[in-house]
Amino acid sequence: MNQKTDHLQQLSEIKTMMERSSRFLSLSGLSGVFAGFFALAGAAAFYVYVNKQMATGYRAIAHSLPVDLDLDFYTFCFADAGITLFLALAVGSYFTTRKARADGQKIWDPAVLRFMINLFIPLATGGIFCLILLFKFRWFGIIPPCTLIFYGLALLNGSKYTLDEVRWLGISEIILGLIGCLYLGYGVTLWAIGFGILHIIYGLIMYIRYEAVPKEKKYW
Amino acid sequence: MKSFIDRLNKAFENRIRLGIMSALMVNASVDFLALKELLDVTDGNLASHITALEKLEYIAVKKEFVGKKTKTTYMATKLGRIEFNHHLKALEDMIRQSE
Repeated sequence: MNQKTDHLQQLSEIKTMMERSSRFLSLSGLSGVFAGFFALAGAAAFYVYVNKQMATGYRAIAHSLPVDLDLDFYTFCFADAGITLFLALAVGSYFTTRKARADGQKIWDPAVLRFMINLFIPLATGGIFCLILLFKFRWFGIIPPCTLIFYGLALLNGSKYTLDEVRWLGISEIILGLIGCLYLGYGVTLWAIGFGILHIIYGLIMYIRYEAVPKEKKYW
Repeated sequence: MKSFIDRLNKAFENRIRLGIMSALMVNASVDFLALKELLDVTDGNLASHITALEKLEYIAVKKEFVGKKTKTTYMATKLGRIEFNHHLKALEDMIRQSE
Protein backbone atom coordinates (compact mmCIF):
# COMPACT_ATOMS: atom_id res chain seq x y z
CA MET A 1 0.00 0.00 0.00
CA ASN A 2 2.81 2.32 0.97
CA GLN A 3 4.58 1.44 -2.24
CA LYS A 4 1.51 2.34 -4.23
CA THR A 5 1.34 5.86 -2.80
CA ASP A 6 5.04 6.11 -3.56
CA HIS A 7 4.42 5.33 -7.22
CA LEU A 8 1.45 7.68 -7.39
CA GLN A 9 3.68 10.35 -5.91
CA GLN A 10 6.26 9.70 -8.64
CA LEU A 11 3.65 9.92 -11.38
CA SER A 12 2.23 13.15 -10.04
CA GLU A 13 5.73 14.63 -9.84
CA ILE A 14 6.32 13.70 -13.49
CA LYS A 15 3.08 15.40 -14.41
CA THR A 16 3.97 18.54 -12.45
CA MET A 17 7.34 18.82 -14.16
CA MET A 18 5.89 18.25 -17.62
CA GLU A 19 3.24 20.91 -17.12
CA ARG A 20 5.43 23.45 -15.39
CA SER A 21 8.15 23.19 -18.03
CA SER A 22 5.84 23.48 -21.01
CA ARG A 23 2.77 25.43 -19.94
CA PHE A 24 2.05 28.89 -18.68
CA LEU A 25 -0.02 28.08 -15.63
CA SER A 26 0.04 31.39 -13.81
CA LEU A 27 -2.72 32.85 -15.95
CA SER A 28 -5.19 34.14 -13.40
CA GLY A 29 -8.93 33.69 -13.75
CA LEU A 30 -9.43 37.10 -12.19
CA SER A 31 -7.76 38.74 -15.22
CA GLY A 32 -10.54 37.26 -17.34
CA VAL A 33 -13.25 38.49 -14.97
CA PHE A 34 -11.93 42.07 -14.87
CA ALA A 35 -11.16 42.15 -18.61
CA GLY A 36 -14.78 41.08 -19.10
CA PHE A 37 -16.11 43.98 -17.03
CA PHE A 38 -13.96 46.48 -18.93
CA ALA A 39 -15.25 45.03 -22.21
CA LEU A 40 -18.84 45.49 -21.02
CA ALA A 41 -18.07 49.11 -20.12
CA GLY A 42 -16.42 49.65 -23.52
CA ALA A 43 -19.40 48.16 -25.35
CA ALA A 44 -21.81 50.29 -23.29
CA ALA A 45 -19.83 53.45 -24.13
CA PHE A 46 -19.99 52.58 -27.83
CA TYR A 47 -23.72 51.90 -27.65
CA VAL A 48 -24.43 55.23 -25.97
CA TYR A 49 -22.22 57.11 -28.44
CA VAL A 50 -23.80 55.59 -31.54
CA ASN A 51 -27.34 56.19 -30.35
CA LYS A 52 -26.63 59.79 -29.33
CA GLN A 53 -24.33 61.00 -32.06
CA MET A 54 -25.46 59.13 -35.13
CA ALA A 55 -28.78 59.78 -36.76
CA THR A 56 -28.86 56.41 -38.51
CA GLY A 57 -28.19 54.03 -35.64
CA TYR A 58 -25.76 51.14 -35.56
CA ARG A 59 -27.76 48.61 -37.55
CA ALA A 60 -27.90 50.87 -40.60
CA ILE A 61 -24.13 51.41 -40.48
CA ALA A 62 -23.48 47.70 -40.18
CA HIS A 63 -25.56 46.90 -43.23
CA SER A 64 -24.24 49.52 -45.63
CA LEU A 65 -21.27 48.59 -47.79
CA PRO A 66 -19.16 50.61 -48.41
CA VAL A 67 -20.10 52.86 -45.54
CA ASP A 68 -19.13 56.51 -45.27
CA LEU A 69 -18.29 57.49 -41.74
CA ASP A 70 -16.79 60.68 -40.41
CA LEU A 71 -13.46 61.02 -38.70
CA ASP A 72 -15.05 61.57 -35.30
CA PHE A 73 -16.64 58.16 -35.48
CA TYR A 74 -13.35 56.42 -36.27
CA THR A 75 -11.56 58.38 -33.56
CA PHE A 76 -14.18 57.34 -31.02
CA CYS A 77 -14.04 53.67 -32.08
CA PHE A 78 -10.27 53.45 -31.86
CA ALA A 79 -10.13 55.36 -28.57
CA ASP A 80 -12.86 53.18 -27.06
CA ALA A 81 -11.29 49.92 -28.23
CA GLY A 82 -7.78 51.10 -27.34
CA ILE A 83 -8.66 52.13 -23.78
CA THR A 84 -10.62 48.91 -23.20
CA LEU A 85 -7.75 46.78 -24.49
CA PHE A 86 -5.19 48.70 -22.43
CA LEU A 87 -7.19 48.35 -19.21
CA ALA A 88 -7.83 44.64 -19.87
CA LEU A 89 -4.13 43.94 -20.50
CA ALA A 90 -3.06 46.01 -17.50
CA VAL A 91 -5.41 44.24 -15.10
CA GLY A 92 -4.55 40.89 -16.72
CA SER A 93 -0.83 41.29 -16.19
CA TYR A 94 -1.41 42.53 -12.63
CA PHE A 95 -3.38 39.44 -11.55
CA THR A 96 -1.16 37.04 -13.46
CA THR A 97 1.99 38.48 -11.93
CA ARG A 98 0.38 38.28 -8.51
CA LYS A 99 -0.55 34.63 -9.04
CA ALA A 100 2.93 33.74 -10.33
CA ARG A 101 4.46 35.31 -7.19
CA ALA A 102 2.07 33.48 -4.91
CA ASP A 103 2.96 30.16 -6.61
CA GLY A 104 6.66 30.91 -6.42
CA GLN A 105 6.91 30.79 -10.21
CA LYS A 106 8.93 33.01 -12.48
CA ILE A 107 6.86 35.58 -14.34
CA TRP A 108 8.82 35.36 -17.54
CA ASP A 109 9.99 31.92 -18.69
CA PRO A 110 10.14 30.00 -22.00
CA ALA A 111 6.57 28.71 -21.52
CA VAL A 112 5.16 32.24 -21.24
CA LEU A 113 7.04 33.34 -24.34
CA ARG A 114 5.74 30.36 -26.30
CA PHE A 115 2.19 31.08 -25.17
CA MET A 116 2.48 34.74 -26.22
CA ILE A 117 3.97 33.99 -29.65
CA ASN A 118 1.30 31.42 -30.43
CA LEU A 119 -1.42 33.77 -29.24
CA PHE A 120 -0.18 36.79 -31.15
CA ILE A 121 0.33 35.31 -34.61
CA PRO A 122 -3.39 34.69 -35.34
CA LEU A 123 -4.33 37.79 -33.32
CA ALA A 124 -2.09 40.11 -35.37
CA THR A 125 -3.28 38.45 -38.59
CA GLY A 126 -6.87 39.17 -37.57
CA GLY A 127 -6.07 42.74 -36.61
CA ILE A 128 -4.44 43.50 -39.94
CA PHE A 129 -7.25 41.73 -41.82
CA CYS A 130 -9.86 43.87 -40.02
CA LEU A 131 -7.95 47.08 -40.79
CA ILE A 132 -7.93 46.09 -44.47
CA LEU A 133 -11.69 45.43 -44.36
CA LEU A 134 -12.24 48.79 -42.72
CA PHE A 135 -9.98 51.06 -44.73
CA LYS A 136 -9.81 49.39 -48.11
CA PHE A 137 -13.36 48.01 -48.40
CA ARG A 138 -15.05 50.21 -45.77
CA TRP A 139 -17.13 47.28 -44.58
CA PHE A 140 -17.79 48.21 -40.98
CA GLY A 141 -20.45 45.68 -40.03
CA ILE A 142 -18.33 42.59 -40.61
CA ILE A 143 -15.57 43.71 -38.26
CA PRO A 144 -17.02 42.80 -34.82
CA PRO A 145 -17.70 39.14 -35.77
CA CYS A 146 -14.30 38.94 -37.50
CA THR A 147 -12.46 40.14 -34.41
CA LEU A 148 -14.25 37.44 -32.39
CA ILE A 149 -13.31 34.70 -34.86
CA PHE A 150 -9.64 35.66 -34.94
CA TYR A 151 -9.52 36.16 -31.18
CA GLY A 152 -11.02 32.68 -30.78
CA LEU A 153 -8.46 31.17 -33.16
CA ALA A 154 -5.68 32.94 -31.26
CA LEU A 155 -6.90 31.51 -27.95
CA LEU A 156 -7.22 28.06 -29.49
CA ASN A 157 -3.65 28.26 -30.73
CA GLY A 158 -2.28 29.58 -27.44
CA SER A 159 -4.27 27.11 -25.34
CA LYS A 160 -1.77 24.31 -26.02
CA TYR A 161 0.62 26.17 -23.75
CA THR A 162 -1.69 27.18 -20.94
CA LEU A 163 -4.75 26.12 -18.95
CA ASP A 164 -7.21 23.88 -20.83
CA GLU A 165 -10.18 26.20 -20.24
CA VAL A 166 -8.66 28.70 -22.68
CA ARG A 167 -9.32 26.21 -25.48
CA TRP A 168 -13.05 26.18 -24.70
CA LEU A 169 -13.13 29.95 -24.44
CA GLY A 170 -11.52 30.07 -27.90
CA ILE A 171 -14.05 27.67 -29.41
CA SER A 172 -16.93 29.65 -27.87
CA GLU A 173 -15.58 32.89 -29.38
CA ILE A 174 -15.28 31.29 -32.83
CA ILE A 175 -18.87 29.99 -32.74
CA LEU A 176 -20.15 33.36 -31.57
CA GLY A 177 -18.20 35.12 -34.36
CA LEU A 178 -19.58 32.81 -37.03
CA ILE A 179 -23.14 33.39 -35.82
CA GLY A 180 -22.39 37.12 -35.88
CA CYS A 181 -21.39 36.93 -39.55
CA LEU A 182 -24.90 35.69 -40.34
CA TYR A 183 -26.61 38.46 -38.37
CA LEU A 184 -24.75 41.66 -39.09
CA GLY A 185 -25.89 44.63 -37.07
CA TYR A 186 -25.51 43.09 -33.64
CA GLY A 187 -21.84 44.00 -33.34
CA VAL A 188 -22.04 45.74 -29.98
CA THR A 189 -24.10 42.93 -28.48
CA LEU A 190 -21.62 40.38 -29.86
CA TRP A 191 -18.69 42.22 -28.35
CA ALA A 192 -20.48 42.48 -25.01
CA ILE A 193 -21.15 38.71 -25.04
CA GLY A 194 -17.80 37.59 -26.50
CA PHE A 195 -15.36 39.89 -24.78
CA GLY A 196 -17.51 40.63 -21.75
CA ILE A 197 -19.71 37.80 -20.59
CA LEU A 198 -17.63 34.86 -21.90
CA HIS A 199 -14.49 36.27 -20.24
CA ILE A 200 -16.32 36.66 -16.95
CA ILE A 201 -17.74 33.11 -17.11
CA TYR A 202 -14.47 31.39 -18.06
CA GLY A 203 -12.50 33.63 -15.69
CA LEU A 204 -14.74 32.55 -12.81
CA ILE A 205 -14.45 28.87 -13.80
CA MET A 206 -10.65 29.13 -13.86
CA TYR A 207 -10.61 31.07 -10.59
CA ILE A 208 -12.78 28.51 -8.83
CA ARG A 209 -10.86 25.53 -10.24
CA TYR A 210 -7.30 26.70 -9.68
CA GLU A 211 -7.19 29.59 -7.28
CA ALA A 212 -10.01 29.35 -4.77
CA VAL A 213 -8.76 25.94 -3.56
CA PRO A 214 -6.18 25.03 -0.93
CA LYS A 215 -2.67 25.39 -2.31
CA GLU A 216 -1.74 21.68 -2.20
CA LYS A 217 -4.73 20.74 -4.32
CA LYS A 218 -3.81 23.08 -7.14
CA TYR A 219 -3.90 21.87 -10.76
CA TRP A 220 -5.07 18.33 -10.14
CA MET B 1 7.35 -12.69 -17.00
CA LYS B 2 9.55 -10.03 -15.47
CA SER B 3 8.44 -8.85 -12.06
CA PHE B 4 7.13 -5.32 -11.84
CA ILE B 5 10.02 -4.10 -9.72
CA ASP B 6 12.51 -5.23 -12.36
CA ARG B 7 10.74 -3.21 -14.97
CA LEU B 8 11.32 0.04 -13.09
CA ASN B 9 14.39 1.83 -14.34
CA LYS B 10 16.88 2.52 -11.53
CA ALA B 11 18.17 5.54 -13.43
CA PHE B 12 14.86 7.33 -12.86
CA GLU B 13 14.49 6.57 -9.18
CA ASN B 14 16.03 9.86 -8.18
CA ARG B 15 13.62 12.80 -7.99
CA ILE B 16 15.89 15.21 -9.85
CA ARG B 17 16.63 12.79 -12.69
CA LEU B 18 12.93 12.09 -13.00
CA GLY B 19 12.36 15.85 -13.20
CA ILE B 20 15.02 16.39 -15.85
CA MET B 21 13.58 13.62 -18.03
CA SER B 22 9.99 14.84 -17.57
CA ALA B 23 10.91 18.33 -18.74
CA LEU B 24 12.87 16.99 -21.72
CA MET B 25 10.02 14.70 -22.77
CA VAL B 26 7.66 17.62 -23.42
CA ASN B 27 10.16 20.20 -24.73
CA ALA B 28 12.37 19.94 -27.81
CA SER B 29 15.26 21.23 -25.68
CA VAL B 30 15.75 22.90 -22.32
CA ASP B 31 18.79 24.91 -21.19
CA PHE B 32 20.73 24.48 -17.96
CA LEU B 33 19.36 27.61 -16.30
CA ALA B 34 15.74 26.71 -17.03
CA LEU B 35 16.25 23.20 -15.60
CA LYS B 36 17.90 24.65 -12.52
CA GLU B 37 15.01 27.00 -11.86
CA LEU B 38 12.42 24.39 -12.64
CA LEU B 39 13.86 21.82 -10.25
CA ASP B 40 15.15 24.30 -7.69
CA VAL B 41 18.56 22.63 -7.23
CA THR B 42 22.18 23.78 -7.03
CA ASP B 43 24.46 23.88 -10.09
CA GLY B 44 26.63 21.01 -8.83
CA ASN B 45 23.73 18.79 -7.95
CA LEU B 46 22.04 19.31 -11.31
CA ALA B 47 25.32 18.82 -13.21
CA SER B 48 26.00 15.46 -11.55
CA HIS B 49 22.55 14.12 -12.39
CA ILE B 50 22.84 15.39 -15.96
CA THR B 51 26.19 13.62 -16.32
CA ALA B 52 24.65 10.39 -15.08
CA LEU B 53 21.84 10.57 -17.66
CA GLU B 54 24.31 11.59 -20.35
CA LYS B 55 26.50 8.54 -19.63
CA LEU B 56 23.48 6.30 -20.11
CA GLU B 57 22.88 8.13 -23.39
CA TYR B 58 19.38 9.09 -22.29
CA ILE B 59 20.04 12.75 -22.97
CA ALA B 60 22.13 14.66 -25.49
CA VAL B 61 24.03 17.88 -24.84
CA LYS B 62 24.47 20.81 -27.16
CA LYS B 63 26.88 23.64 -26.38
CA GLU B 64 26.85 26.88 -28.28
CA PHE B 65 28.20 30.38 -27.90
CA VAL B 66 25.81 33.22 -27.24
CA GLY B 67 28.15 36.21 -27.45
CA LYS B 68 31.04 35.22 -25.21
CA LYS B 69 29.06 32.93 -22.93
CA THR B 70 28.39 29.28 -23.56
CA LYS B 71 24.81 28.18 -23.51
CA THR B 72 24.21 24.51 -22.81
CA THR B 73 20.97 22.92 -23.86
CA TYR B 74 19.78 19.37 -23.33
CA MET B 75 17.42 17.11 -25.19
CA ALA B 76 16.13 13.58 -24.69
CA THR B 77 17.59 10.95 -27.00
CA LYS B 78 15.50 8.29 -28.69
CA LEU B 79 16.78 5.73 -26.21
CA GLY B 80 15.98 8.09 -23.32
CA ARG B 81 12.41 8.51 -24.55
CA ILE B 82 11.88 4.77 -24.92
CA GLU B 83 13.32 4.03 -21.47
CA PHE B 84 11.29 6.78 -19.84
CA ASN B 85 8.09 5.52 -21.43
CA HIS B 86 8.85 1.99 -20.20
CA HIS B 87 9.36 3.37 -16.72
CA LEU B 88 6.07 5.26 -16.88
CA LYS B 89 4.26 2.17 -18.13
CA ALA B 90 5.73 0.09 -15.31
CA LEU B 91 4.63 2.63 -12.71
CA GLU B 92 1.12 2.69 -14.13
CA ASP B 93 0.89 -1.10 -14.26
CA MET B 94 2.01 -1.42 -10.66
CA ILE B 95 -0.58 1.07 -9.50
CA ARG B 96 -3.30 -0.66 -11.50
CA GLN B 97 -2.32 -4.08 -10.17
CA SER B 98 -2.37 -3.03 -6.52
CA GLU B 99 -5.86 -1.62 -6.90
